[in-house]
Amino acid sequence: MSEPHIETNEELDNENARPVDRAAPTGSRQAEAAGTPSADVRDGDVLLEVDDVTLRFGGVVALDQVSFALRKGEIFGLIGPNGAGKTTCFNAMTGVYRPTSGGIRFMGQSIVGKKKHEITRGGIARTFQNVRLFPEMTALENVMVGADAHHKTSVISALFRLPRFWQEERSGRARSMELLRFVGIANRAGEVSRNLSYGEQRRLEIARALATNPTLLCLDEPAAGFNPAEKEDLLALIRKIRDTGVTVLLIEHDMRLVMGVTDRIVVLEFGKKIAEGTPAEVRDNPKVIAAYLGVPADAA
Amino acid sequence: MTEVAVTSEKPPAPKKQASRGGGGVRGWFGRQPVWVRAVVVLAATAAAFLLPYVGDVPVIGPQIVTNGVDWTSALFNMSYYVLLALGLNVVVGYAGLLDLGYVGFFAVGAYGTALLTSPDSILYSHTGWAWLAAAPFALALTMLAGLILGWPTLRLRGDYLAIVTLGFAEIIRIVATSTDTLRGDRGFTSIPHPPGSYSDGSPIFGVRDATPYFWLGLVVIILVILGVRNLDRSRVGRSWLAIREDEEAAEVMGVRTTKYKLWAFAIGAFIGGLGGVMFAGEQSFINSQTFVLQFSILVLAGVVMGGSGNIAGAILGGALISYIPDRLRGISFGGTDLYEYRFALFGIVIIVIMILRPQGLIPSRRRAMELKDREKEVAPSE
Repeated sequence: MSEPHIETNEELDNENARPVDRAAPTGSRQAEAAGTPSADVRDGDVLLEVDDVTLRFGGVVALDQVSFALRKGEIFGLIGPNGAGKTTCFNAMTGVYRPTSGGIRFMGQSIVGKKKHEITRGGIARTFQNVRLFPEMTALENVMVGADAHHKTSVISALFRLPRFWQEERSGRARSMELLRFVGIANRAGEVSRNLSYGEQRRLEIARALATNPTLLCLDEPAAGFNPAEKEDLLALIRKIRDTGVTVLLIEHDMRLVMGVTDRIVVLEFGKKIAEGTPAEVRDNPKVIAAYLGVPADAA
Repeated sequence: MTEVAVTSEKPPAPKKQASRGGGGVRGWFGRQPVWVRAVVVLAATAAAFLLPYVGDVPVIGPQIVTNGVDWTSALFNMSYYVLLALGLNVVVGYAGLLDLGYVGFFAVGAYGTALLTSPDSILYSHTGWAWLAAAPFALALTMLAGLILGWPTLRLRGDYLAIVTLGFAEIIRIVATSTDTLRGDRGFTSIPHPPGSYSDGSPIFGVRDATPYFWLGLVVIILVILGVRNLDRSRVGRSWLAIREDEEAAEVMGVRTTKYKLWAFAIGAFIGGLGGVMFAGEQSFINSQTFVLQFSILVLAGVVMGGSGNIAGAILGGALISYIPDRLRGISFGGTDLYEYRFALFGIVIIVIMILRPQGLIPSRRRAMELKDREKEVAPSE
């Protein structure tokens, strides 16, 4: 109890050596994912496993043997100072980068080497750190692109307006409108997305990602550039998304924001995992404090 | 009495405007109820079918008609240029794939027809194929050519793609010039005309009057417009736009970018091939000199000038790139035919349009809003 549960990188090297009971204070769910080697978790509880992932760009090691697991229905934070490898990790998970070594499993299936659109249709949706909408399409059209991910309308049925086209177009439109309402920008549906305000664009990006019907929604610094009030609204939205049954992975470097909403957090620094645990645990971890304040780890 | 006359004349006025297009008219058109729009579209279509007789209209008629070129032939030329512009608009305007070798598909369509039908072809045996029978095969061939160009260039964008497509068109032209089977400059003769004859036995599609070819072209254009419009307003069109706007984001949102880029190439090629098949059927003769690079550039200029990513713009642009040079023919200026200066004049026209209306003559709805938005942004600082 006096020693907060933290997994250090040394421990990861020998996963079986980690005492399971160290996680006990945070509850049994915690123990499963944190204390047990993630590769051995066979529960239906685990949604996504990042297993010993290393990613090198030439000589630069962007991710160094990173392992963690996300559980269904939680809001999971991936934090770290700038350049820690958060977005790289994210990109590896969504198929933008292929890990140099290690495995990533989503609902028990490896997604390494899968195409980006396959991963999306498999149930992982994401937003981008710097908003990447389709600027000349309307807000509604943007969301409909996401909704199209699960549509089966072929070029032929679109060309000849076959029944499937009408049916999917109608349901896709209705669902997209509903999502715009969900994120609170339904009144802007017909507006070209470049004309939306920054905050609206961020919300639109979330709606577009939700339209792909994800099991896991990955948000890459969704609060960047937000003022405190907007951040509060966003946190409420993230909770609302979680309450619909979607697991949320949140990347942030604003500690305060993450602390308020996440169930569990992994902290990266220089591509290595330096801590994992509940927000309270992570906050008190000397390594995390050192990483954020720049104090050498052994001095802390 | 005079009042009656005025009111009866009123309705046609906006119709004329609509067929000419323009920003304000476009907005007006969008706000009208369905039946008004239907009437306008029908009227525009009817007007298009009556174009061969425009020379008979007093005062205005003679100004419109081309003097140096047979008017109906000029109209037919316009029809296949419009077709090409519509096809290129799918590739460049919708999917954002800069294709500088679009003439290649036009050539494949024409050569496909010639190979199957012309007595000069090695495939010819005694009777030869009818034009209509050859058309589907020629079109299948162009779609295949589209895929052959599309497949290796999937990873390329912008300038790099443009260079490869440029090379593609040149390859086709050079192969046509130097391969014995494709007969180079000698070309293919006696390519059959489209089928059909009048009650007196004379063929509808003859050599003297190009009017039926123009009408055939119009019918094909209308079908292509309907098809492209259906695709644009569907998942397919959204996928194309998404790819154009941000390819990676599109893929991350579940768009099969490979599939839709290949479809864009194939559909663009198909429409270009249609132009080629019609061209071969009307001209009855093609050789490798027909399919020069300028052709591709001209059609691209038409698409950009008319308003990229927009069907009405492509139609207007395609029609203009064909009409302007034909209209210049036969007008002499300082002893030379203005036709000789067509590319210079054309260049000037394009530069002027691009300065005054960078979004094209009939901008796409989205482009127009984007530019309006920029104006708003500029306004407060002034």
